[in-house]
Amino acid sequence: MMRVEVLFFGKLVDIAGASLVLNNVTSTDELLEQLRLQYPALAAERYIVAVDKKTITGNTALSENCTVALLPPFSGG
Amino acid sequence: MNNDRLYERYQRQIILQGFGAEAQQKLLSASVLVIGAGGLGCPVLQYLTAAGVGSIGIVDDDVVALSNLHRQVLYNVQMIGKSKASCAVDVLQQLNPQVRFTVYNERLTNKNAATILSAFDVVIDGSDNFATRYLVNDACVLLNKSLIYGAVSQYEGQVAVFNMQQKNDHSANYRDLFPHPPKEGEVLNCAEAGVLGVLPGIIGSMMANETIKLITGTGKLLVNRLLTYNTQNNQTYELEITARAETRSLIPATEAALLQTDYEWLCSSATVVNEIDANTFNTIIAEGTAAIVDVREKDELPEITEFNHLQISLSRLEQHTEWLTEETIVVFCLSGKRSAQAAKQLTELFGVSKKIYSLKGGIQQWMLEQQQTV
Repeated sequence: MMRVEVLFFGKLVDIAGASLVLNNVTSTDELLEQLRLQYPALAAERYIVAVDKKTITGNTALSENCTVALLPPFSGG
Repeated sequence: MNNDRLYERYQRQIILQGFGAEAQQKLLSASVLVIGAGGLGCPVLQYLTAAGVGSIGIVDDDVVALSNLHRQVLYNVQMIGKSKASCAVDVLQQLNPQVRFTVYNERLTNKNAATILSAFDVVIDGSDNFATRYLVNDACVLLNKSLIYGAVSQYEGQVAVFNMQQKNDHSANYRDLFPHPPKEGEVLNCAEAGVLGVLPGIIGSMMANETIKLITGTGKLLVNRLLTYNTQNNQTYELEITARAETRSLIPATEAALLQTDYEWLCSSATVVNEIDANTFNTIIAEGTAAIVDVREKDELPEITEFNHLQISLSRLEQHTEWLTEETIVVFCLSGKRSAQAAKQLTELFGVSKKIYSLKGGIQQWMLEQQQTV
């Protein structure tokens, strides 16, 4: 079973908490799908996805013990 | 000011290993534009003024409010209601009289951005809305300026250095991170989400630090990297960002294209009131599908009998929005002032789900134009 840690930032923390661990996902698309099922409120949010601290733009394969971060834009100043 | 006094003022940083008189000279010759003199702008301005940046421009069209003072540490209660940019300069000039300040008491728009940005070496974005953030980023890419970026929300902040010239290319910019502006309501602003006062102090200080490193060529910059900082647990998290070829297609390629780009609309920064003239007003009335609303108080003169309309005064508007089921709503009053306020309220409430217009110049102007066309 593959272990993936997910980190949430900004307002997403209010929805899903600061972090969680998923055990059965192999790609970012699968991971996001599972998160949306678990936290329907995520569907209305905007965020970018980073795998092991690198921002990604398309579906990306995940590896054992990798970390996925979901980061929303901030506008405050 | 003689050289001895200059040396005395900056002595503590000049004696730093890896800094020296050469780095100080670079600061004294540099020019920096700070967009937004708010939570981030205040510490940025304070530290850059203290460090001896030669010329500093400040863009802000806002005035000081009591709710600013918990984080915007340049201001005090005597300044409430006064221009932030002007108040900031009054304070900063006392701190370092040698710095040349240029005040822009205006909002940065696609009309003035190219002219204002061109006059400075480095641009610092301490603005508080997405429309300005995307405009500043795009203008910096267009004009080939390095951009120090910082943003805050609740307990977290982000810092990065965008669009640095590297050999034949440029480093990643804001659109490599977030390609498209969010729509209104998708992301909270400070007023809605709240912000701890010290957070912009920390993030703004980091921005000032990156600026000083950039100008003096010292240290390692947050280029192609985004740093996030959380005040609750003191955790930092750094993301790698890559400059992508497709980002260029999202950014206006010429100053003419920049002028054509409506950033307020792209970001739906709400509170933009759409005003229409008498001709458009008549067309909408003729179409007969819009709700036309008189927002004056009941029995105010002149009485309008020329077209069908509802009467809901501005003071009661928010309690009766359920009456407004039409897709298009046009509000009017005597001069166009109250109706602009009403349109703003309704736009904030309905967002992009309805088209909301205010009759410019009010019913006064409309009547005048009807007489002229008869």
